[in-house]
Amino acid sequence: MLATVGVASVDDLFADVPSELRLRRPLALAEGMSEQEVFTELAGLAARNVSVEDEISFLGAGMYDTYVPALVDSIISRSEFLTPYTPYQPEVSQGGLQAMFEYQTAISELTGLPVSNASVYEGPSAVAAAGYLAKLHNGRSRFVVSEGVHPHAIESLETLAHGWEMEVERVALDNGATPMPAVDEQVSAVVVAQPNFLGAVERIEPIVEAAHAAGALVICAADPIPLGLLQAPGAQGVDIVVGEGQTLGNRLDYGGPSFGFFAVTESLMRRMPGRIAGRTRDLDGRTGYVLTLQTREQHIRREKATSNICTAQALNALAGIVYLSWLGREGLIELTELLVQRTAYARTRLASIPGVELAHHQPVVREFPVRITGRLDAVLEHCYASGINPGYRLSADELLVAITERRTRADIDRLATAIEEALS
Amino acid sequence: MSVTTDRRSPWFIAAADDDLTIFDRSRPGRRAFTAPTLDVPERPLDELIPAALRRATPARLPEVSEPEIVRHYNRLSKRNFDLDTGFYPLGSCTMKHNPKLHERIAALPGHARLHPLQRPAAAQGALELMWSLQQALGEISGLPHVSLQPSAGSHGELAGVLLTRAFHEAHGQQRTKVLTPDTAHGTNPATVTMAGYDLVKIGTDAAGNIDVADLREKATDEVACLMLTNPSTLGLFEPQIKEIAQIVHDVGATLYYDGANLNAIMGICRPGDMGFDIVHFNLHKSFTQPHGGGGPGAGPIAVSDRIEPFLPRPQVVRREDGSFDLDHDRPRSIGRLRGFQGNFGVFVRSYAYIRSLGAGGLREASEVAVLNANYLLARLREEGVLEHLPAAYPRLCMHEFVLSGAPMKHELGIRTLDLAKRLLDHGVHPPTVYFPLIVEEALLIEPTETETRETLDRFAAIVADVLREAADDPEIARGAPYSTPVRRLDEAGAARQPVLREQF
Repeated sequence: MLATVGVASVDDLFADVPSELRLRRPLALAEGMSEQEVFTELAGLAARNVSVEDEISFLGAGMYDTYVPALVDSIISRSEFLTPYTPYQPEVSQGGLQAMFEYQTAISELTGLPVSNASVYEGPSAVAAAGYLAKLHNGRSRFVVSEGVHPHAIESLETLAHGWEMEVERVALDNGATPMPAVDEQVSAVVVAQPNFLGAVERIEPIVEAAHAAGALVICAADPIPLGLLQAPGAQGVDIVVGEGQTLGNRLDYGGPSFGFFAVTESLMRRMPGRIAGRTRDLDGRTGYVLTLQTREQHIRREKATSNICTAQALNALAGIVYLSWLGREGLIELTELLVQRTAYARTRLASIPGVELAHHQPVVREFPVRITGRLDAVLEHCYASGINPGYRLSADELLVAITERRTRADIDRLATAIEEALS
Repeated sequence: MSVTTDRRSPWFIAAADDDLTIFDRSRPGRRAFTAPTLDVPERPLDELIPAALRRATPARLPEVSEPEIVRHYNRLSKRNFDLDTGFYPLGSCTMKHNPKLHERIAALPGHARLHPLQRPAAAQGALELMWSLQQALGEISGLPHVSLQPSAGSHGELAGVLLTRAFHEAHGQQRTKVLTPDTAHGTNPATVTMAGYDLVKIGTDAAGNIDVADLREKATDEVACLMLTNPSTLGLFEPQIKEIAQIVHDVGATLYYDGANLNAIMGICRPGDMGFDIVHFNLHKSFTQPHGGGGPGAGPIAVSDRIEPFLPRPQVVRREDGSFDLDHDRPRSIGRLRGFQGNFGVFVRSYAYIRSLGAGGLREASEVAVLNANYLLARLREEGVLEHLPAAYPRLCMHEFVLSGAPMKHELGIRTLDLAKRLLDHGVHPPTVYFPLIVEEALLIEPTETETRETLDRFAAIVADVLREAADDPEIARGAPYSTPVRRLDEAGAARQPVLREQF
């Protein structure tokens, strides 16, 4: 091969690399290993983690121990979905493109907005991306953000807003829900969550009215499963609905990869970030799909693009549409109702324990906070020792408890018993 | 070597119902899901969620059975070209083999079913893996401080430019401009705008290197950063990189390394040694995360000492007692860019790759990537392809190279697009087309190190064959592809009258 190239050695191929920049030693990394040895080493690391299979986990706060049906694994592990690049050659990417189109349809249905993209990175950065869309849309100077929005999302928005010289004003919750915010003409967007970070189902319509009256957009970060039961934010006038897609057929993976969904009104369509699949026809008149509205995107518009996003989360979004097809129209409702009933049971059961009180009394779907004043350390310690992870610690005295379809009544009773033991 | 010119040679199984979406297949009452048993006392729903907060009508998800779902998506999969099936020399995308071992390891419950808010004491394996990956990426880049948080290359770029902003602000400076070469990936200029800076473009000289005189002129004290890809998107190493770094640093700006092309230089030279302050990695390019048809990826960043205080939080750290932890106490941090700790499942695969190859293997990967690119360029020359598709810059390339289809367009009457579409009929994925923008009718070819010499020979022969065919009858390429699930699609129509979801 070197002779064909016309050089004497591999080293000669790097002639453009100045001699003083050549690394004259091996990288300070261990030498390679066989497949079997790599497996053993990394399996050893995995064994040092306590997964949701190793304990009864009530952790949530943005990602949830949901059941992923076997058909999702089967489909997304196919090489034809796993190993292609972004579909730049649509003639040989119809599978991925059509799946995106189907995904967009399902997200549009859940969010109640007509236009969905094909995915963004994940939930919190999707809120930041929605903020950028609002900035491009109206050029105003401030975001008003409910503290019911996931703290990682608020912080992600703040990180970017600093570069845009925009302020992020936080609105504290009142009994777990977002009070009516003051919105003036400098406000670019009001940001809320549904259900919010403390599990409460928000009353969104009055907030939308106040925001729209001042000409501001409304961004809602939604948990997609509860949207099976709750009013679609888009139907309540929200302009941009985003959210974390992990619960739609994706595993926990210690926080990623999952996907973010992103849906907007018709009027914001041409400022949307990310890939969008559209339906069209081929030369022979057959139905086909392409990436469309690409004049928004970085590879065409460069510094005038509406976002810098390129690689997103196509495989995770595919898991999302396969999962939603598996749940189906009735199944999504049945699953959400199961969560509501089990969560109500857990909430009542825990609140009946002396020393445990509810931190708010808003309606909830799958998650609620409790206050265990002065004794939370002892509760956590005893629960961990009993093989239970009781939830996410919000503060010195508050615990956020999540219920998924994998948590049975028996699990909930064990949690209650462990807390009772710790407090007795 | 003879190549088929059959106008119809389906490489997939066509069926009469291929046009149907999963929604078209929906029938009332059909289902796959059975809900787990309701094992708690049922309460009236109105008591729990007031009716006013609930949907009046269900979301119109499909109503389909499991066999239908499986068949539908398996059929769709057959309408995709993929790396496991064929050669995919897509320039700038590093379509190297994705080892199957990585999928097995990533799926282990200790990785896949670990909650991101698990307390650090119960996630020591994950934190150690992340810390070890940080160390490895620091060594490979020559920049010791690594954050794994960004979700993809463009996210890493955004982090990097925001770090630059924080660095200048800490020195009481408000700089307004960021420089990028005119050959840059589109994500670079888009990032500059998104981070709140104005873009200034730097030209390219006749040899394909950055125009140093132009850089000198535009490097002022208003400049915050120069974003550079090295090797460049032309597949060429910048021989004057030390001088470039000097110019940038002399005006107090930072030098940013777009790691999309890192696959050319692993273990051979390091961005940190070249003078770069900030690097992003594309774990889905150089470090074998499967591309997934458009993600997931991951875009970790590595930085020098002076940038370190501003890295995103939390950072994965090793405490004095040898335990691993998340450090949230970083008062000068730019903050978070996303939720939790980043795309951990990607880190698992990339770390497995680094452990498999080791120091010597990574260097060899880059050497073979560069050898394969130069060999393919030489073979295309031998096949006579370069007579119509000359190399944009006739010199040794790194891991990829650019041809210009401009002569082909005039001499043979087919455009780069036509060549690309005709390649589809030969069962190979076309290279990147019409990028970089400064080369007319560009074709950017990156074979990667995991392709055999025979595959490269075959590809050279196929391209030569398409050109011979075009010399004879250009209409064939102009009408291509013929054997694919669909033929050329009306993209203009799709954008003019967007249909972005199923209509019910």
